[in-house]
Amino acid sequence: MANRLVGRAVPRKEGGDKVTGKARYIDDLTFPGMLYGATVRSPCARGRIKGIHFEGGIPWDGFTIVTATDIPGKNCIVLLSDDHPGLAQRVVNHPEEPIVLLAHPDKYLLEEARRSVRLEIESLPAVFTIEESLARKEIIWGRDNIFKSIRVEKGNVDEAWAQADFIVEGEYRTGAQEQLYIEPNGMIAVANPQEGVTVWGSMQCPYYVHKALVCLFGLPESKVRVIQVETGGGFGGKEEYPSMIAGHAALLAWKSGKPVKLIYDRAEDMAATTKRHPSRTRHRTAVSKEGKLLAMEIEFVIDGGAYMTLSPVVLSRGTIHAAGPYHCPNIRIQSRAVATNAPPHGAFRGFGAPQSTFALERHLNKVARVVGLSPEELRRRNFIREGQSTATGQVIREKVDMAGLMERAFELSRYYAKTQRFAEENRGRRDKKGIGFACFLHGAGFTGSGEKYLASVVGVEATPAGRARILAASTEIGQGANTILCQIAAEALGLEYDQIEMASPDTGVVPNSGPTVASRTCMIIGKLVESACLAVKQTLVGSGLLKPDYSPEEFFRACAAYTQKCGPLKAFSQYQPPPEIHWDEEKYRGDAYSAYAWAVYVAEVTVDSLTYEVHVDDFVAVQEVGKVINPVLGGGQIEGGVAQAIGYALFENVVWQEGRMVNSQMTNYIIPTAADVPRIRTYFDEVPYAHGPAGAKGLGELPMDGTAPAIVNAIEDALGIGLDQIPVLPEHLVELLEVSRV
Amino acid sequence: MRSCLPDYELVAPANLREALALMAGEPGAWKPFAGGTDLMVLLEAGKLPHKRFLSLWHLRELKGIEVSPTAVTLGALTTYTEVLRHPVLQQEFPCLCQGARETGGVATQNRGTLGGNIANASPAADSPPALLVYDAELELVSATGSRWVPYRGFHSSYKQMDLRPNELIARIRLPRVGRPRRHYYRKVGTRKAQAISKVVFAGVAEVEGGVVRDVRIALGSVAPTVLRCAKTEAVLRGHPTVESTVAAAQAALAGEIAPIDDFRSTAKYRRRVSLNLLAVFLQSCLGTVEQGPGPEPWYGA
Ligand SMILES: Cc1cc2nc3c(=O)[nH]c(=O)nc-3n(C[C@H](O)[C@H](O)[C@H](O)COP(=O)(O)OP(=O)(O)OC[C@H]3O[C@@H](n4cnc5c(N)ncnc54)[C@H](O)[C@@H]3O)c2cc1C
Repeated sequence: MANRLVGRAVPRKEGGDKVTGKARYIDDLTFPGMLYGATVRSPCARGRIKGIHFEGGIPWDGFTIVTATDIPGKNCIVLLSDDHPGLAQRVVNHPEEPIVLLAHPDKYLLEEARRSVRLEIESLPAVFTIEESLARKEIIWGRDNIFKSIRVEKGNVDEAWAQADFIVEGEYRTGAQEQLYIEPNGMIAVANPQEGVTVWGSMQCPYYVHKALVCLFGLPESKVRVIQVETGGGFGGKEEYPSMIAGHAALLAWKSGKPVKLIYDRAEDMAATTKRHPSRTRHRTAVSKEGKLLAMEIEFVIDGGAYMTLSPVVLSRGTIHAAGPYHCPNIRIQSRAVATNAPPHGAFRGFGAPQSTFALERHLNKVARVVGLSPEELRRRNFIREGQSTATGQVIREKVDMAGLMERAFELSRYYAKTQRFAEENRGRRDKKGIGFACFLHGAGFTGSGEKYLASVVGVEATPAGRARILAASTEIGQGANTILCQIAAEALGLEYDQIEMASPDTGVVPNSGPTVASRTCMIIGKLVESACLAVKQTLVGSGLLKPDYSPEEFFRACAAYTQKCGPLKAFSQYQPPPEIHWDEEKYRGDAYSAYAWAVYVAEVTVDSLTYEVHVDDFVAVQEVGKVINPVLGGGQIEGGVAQAIGYALFENVVWQEGRMVNSQMTNYIIPTAADVPRIRTYFDEVPYAHGPAGAKGLGELPMDGTAPAIVNAIEDALGIGLDQIPVLPEHLVELLEVSRV
Repeated sequence: MRSCLPDYELVAPANLREALALMAGEPGAWKPFAGGTDLMVLLEAGKLPHKRFLSLWHLRELKGIEVSPTAVTLGALTTYTEVLRHPVLQQEFPCLCQGARETGGVATQNRGTLGGNIANASPAADSPPALLVYDAELELVSATGSRWVPYRGFHSSYKQMDLRPNELIARIRLPRVGRPRRHYYRKVGTRKAQAISKVVFAGVAEVEGGVVRDVRIALGSVAPTVLRCAKTEAVLRGHPTVESTVAAAQAALAGEIAPIDDFRSTAKYRRRVSLNLLAVFLQSCLGTVEQGPGPEPWYGA
């Protein structure tokens, strides 16, 4: 059956409002009598709070001042654990940790006041690197600085080394990265003991915020309401931290009895909120002389910052993706998330996978060199195929053709011709060109049993105005979620795209469809939308009000008739794992994800030998993501992700000083401009996935994983030097080129 | 916004005379505000110490580009967009145009001024190296009169300059040479656009029969002020542009610049790149094409 709406580039649901300026973001909203809020933060990385002094020249009487003792419930922002205080009380564990909150009607005076709070802190020795944390230079978290350890065992690694023709080792590192959504974080809260707490704001996960507020205020769930307003980007950066900001705005509102707006400026947002986890990966690989992978031993460590937040889950995804789209009979992965005295690192597109994928795709180039094969031939001999199993023992049941994707990517980029031509031409030219690629996969949805525990619910209802409305807590953050969900619903209900609308994500109205993360919205929420639509249809057909073959007019007439007879027409659908999915969280074995996207990316670069700058000249992104619901939005996700990952590979360098980001300005934290990004050529291969809506899987995070290693492999091709760390800055290249010339 | 906006004051005098009178009345109290593209960044970050500002933006006396047979004179309020669109500047002062083209983005080019770029006195600014190699002169005006000073030597040390509290930069004069020259300008920023320079290089040379008759070299971001490299020029002047001269010039330049490590780059990188750019400039004087095999860039100590 041909799709009417799925697969078409219909315009964005909220696109008109955004381009005409009608869309209202949180900082555009004002409430009568509203105060502005500000946060006073720790100047040091670790210490004991000895005193808080409200100094000179500020009319403090007019201010609402909140400290930890004002918290009505439990002083923590709950997520996976309760270690993360909403406001530091006796100790601080990272720079920029919130300690005091202020509110006042005059935002300029508020800023003066913020600077006039003097914190007296006795500083304690701190831990700033993965090495220091592992060595327990100081114990700063729990008994051993370790948030989470994971061990994956497949086959018998220990016995494989003896049979190896080659054993190849390597160590790879990736840096922190700022999400840099275009709209900084912000919230408005109204809170009082009678009505409870209501917050409006920029966020990805209304129900995460809801859960955190329930705990922070000790209120029943029904007394807390969270409403997402138009959100200007997230990339994971608005997954967990908005709970903190919502809590702060609500505490100020609770104490003052007035609405409070709390908006971060760019510098505060960059310095205080989460970033991608820095990582260190060590590989030890046994290979036969035919280039078969015999054993992989991988040690993966990520720096979680001062509190647990989402680090265990980031670690989990990074671990599972560490062995890539390859088959190897013996695998051991040992991974740890460790504590340092930096602001907690958090969710960011890719969620651990870009880190471990970078390491593997660099390492395999090294393995190929040692074995004497081309990088593509080594991979071709080891690609995973249907019926083979991943590191966690997941047997691949989908149709997968990594070799085919690679050939297509090579054809489109003219890879073979270029490798040859560049090698010849580089000899006679100052600027060196190179071409490189990476092969990778990305699991859609939560890891392991995550989706089962989330048990997301989505509803579809008929509105009095003769529309069908989707009820979900999934958020539109610029990625196009509302558009594709409406396309899926229109397709399933046999209606027009314009006849479907999204309810605003308001926890008072919509069911908990889980967080908007993990490349899950299309595949998981989309499927629930589809099933809820089918349930509505069945209800109408079953009650005899609708013929199976109907027009939109007949559908809405039937809805009206049903509503009159039986009350509101609504259907809900709850997530059920596909029957063949099993996961053992203890042993880390089984079906880690119900579906994967598969990809091969090719990058072409020029290295300027005068300035050591790397420019990406061409980029080909080939991927299999199941059915693409909207080709413009899908393509946009890939292009945007590749651009963001070009930043990760070549520009984005968080400069740390004692746990603090010192370049928290857009002039100093360098993301690529349009002039630094080539045309990104995106190609989709579509193999429909049985359990996805209209056959779709997930693709949002995918482009973040393989871009950096493809670029660094291209740099290796250009210069003949292997680089094992990103970002690759000209300042690093100058050092390396000098070493290689000695 | 980290500044307390009500604390700030901005006045807009009707003409230059009024502006200068205001400055004469309370020397140092009134900070000139031209395009505001440097000042507004400080305001946003809460790091703008001055509280009282004098808007220059509409002062006609400080606008316009005038061409005479001997010089091109630019008002201090000349924007980058005006610079890069000017045919005589394109023809005779291409380094200045290229610098303008690579400054910020279009919005900054429309609003940022040459006077502001000079008076902001950043060692990383992009126009000053071009102004230095073109022997620019500045007209400084106050209520009591005007004086012309060579731009070279205007910046005495980091953020310090020969500008009195009651003075404004009024005009910038570029002498026309009338002989063919080779021009080379390269900005090495943190990215391709909207970037602050890590190294910026400008060079002009008159080469006759393979011999350097005259040469001017200036760099940014490699010392506390933008730097005209007199010692390097001396090594080159009167010599053929052969490889031994290049090496000697590089050695001189290495002694002349004093780059530092900061969070944008490293001293080592800045030094290497400066010397590489000098080599390429000299090769271009010889007419060697940039993409030719040519000598390898400089890697020595
Ligand atoms: C996004 C962005 C990108 C940028 N990119 C670049 C870049 O690539 N390269 C670069 O060099 N700069 C760059 N800048 C900095 C800035 O745009 C330039 O330095 C510009 O030339 C400043 O001119 P203005 O008129 O805006 O100066 P203003 O901000 O108005 O003033 C700057 C300083 O000069 C003083 N001043 C201004 N005019 C006079 C005068 N006539 N007499 C005496 N004092 C005066 C002011 O008091 C102030 O101290 C950038 C700025 C921004 C915001």
